[in-house]
Amino acid sequence: MTRGFPILLALVLASGLAALAFETEGFRVATTAGARQLAVARAPRLLPDVRLVDQDGEPFSLAAYRGRPMLIDFIYTRCPTLCGVLGDDLGRIEQLIDAAGAPAPFDLLSISFDPQNDDREALRLYGERFGAKPPHWRIAAPADAAGLAALLQSFGVVVIPDGLGGFAHDDAIYLVDGQGRLARILEADEPNQLLADISELMRP
Amino acid sequence: MNPRWLLGIAALWLALWIPPLRRALETDMALHMAVQLPLLIGIGVGIAAFVREREPRWFADADWLGIPGIVAVVLGTSFWMLPRALDQAVADPPVDLVKFLTLPLLVGLPLGLSWRRMPPLGRAFIWANFIPKLGAIGGLYLAAPVRLCAYYRLDQQATAGWVLIGIAVALGLAWFIAAFVGRPVRPHRDPELPRAAIGNIAIERPFN
Repeated sequence: MTRGFPILLALVLASGLAALAFETEGFRVATTAGARQLAVARAPRLLPDVRLVDQDGEPFSLAAYRGRPMLIDFIYTRCPTLCGVLGDDLGRIEQLIDAAGAPAPFDLLSISFDPQNDDREALRLYGERFGAKPPHWRIAAPADAAGLAALLQSFGVVVIPDGLGGFAHDDAIYLVDGQGRLARILEADEPNQLLADISELMRP
Repeated sequence: MNPRWLLGIAALWLALWIPPLRRALETDMALHMAVQLPLLIGIGVGIAAFVREREPRWFADADWLGIPGIVAVVLGTSFWMLPRALDQAVADPPVDLVKFLTLPLLVGLPLGLSWRRMPPLGRAFIWANFIPKLGAIGGLYLAAPVRLCAYYRLDQQATAGWVLIGIAVALGLAWFIAAFVGRPVRPHRDPELPRAAIGNIAIERPFN
């Protein structure tokens, strides 16, 4: 052993642990989804204004929601699995809002990331399946490809082909605050926790 | 070491970086984790064979019993096993370049240099930790109901899990045989020899 040993070991440990701490946000996350959730909670993210068209063929822009908080999910209507769960979740949130009686604290918006296949009719059928009524709960698709890309980029949504003609995507519900900022990402894989979170948010 | 070998290693390094092969290995989680990452580490181990003869004395002394080197290996492999790091490497070419540089130079190279300096028990300790951990990560990938990587599907994650478990089992078996049976150094091929002599194999230290 030489004097170089403790120096080299300290150097290796310090740089290696620093790199791990950096990548895991201080040993708190290991996944991309976890890191995104933490980043949004720390600093709400201003969203771009994107033009969309809803299930009634009604064009609108994301900025039109300013001043009203909203819950957003990303779906494609042919989805055999996750989007059904997300639809059920938003449906239950809708019931929760209705039951509360007071003016709705959120608007709901389901955005299709598959505008090529999701025409107006497909969006309408998806909405009917879960009891969505516009304008309170819109099922919409971005009006153009650039808008879709900007939305996915700003929300940090990754959509990949699932190898069966569909897509693999996340099952998060996004809370956008009245200032048009992505303020919180709610995991939808625990419905009870999700509803508890929503009830918490609905409290005046 | 023949410098021509080094040329071959550099060619492999470059070939793995060129998009068709890089993309092909990175679109699948099992290929990414069980083929590309080990190959990149292997490139560093190959470089170590070349560097070893030219290694400065002070560095060899500072790497006492290979401890700093093996710590670098453990930390470096832990980093590139993080689902977030894998995602970033797939999505972001600059991050992928960092992976292509750090795995050979900060993991493979220290592994090649430090391994020989480690005492046999130290090597056994590393194997005995690495193999179950690999199996456990594989099991985790199989059991996880959600996708850990944003860029890989759930079925790819399960395949990667099986592949990691398979590698862990194969390594465990090889290590078990080496540790308890030993490695044949000079197998007797002479059919005239008595049976007892055929079975007489020299025992070497495992995984030298």
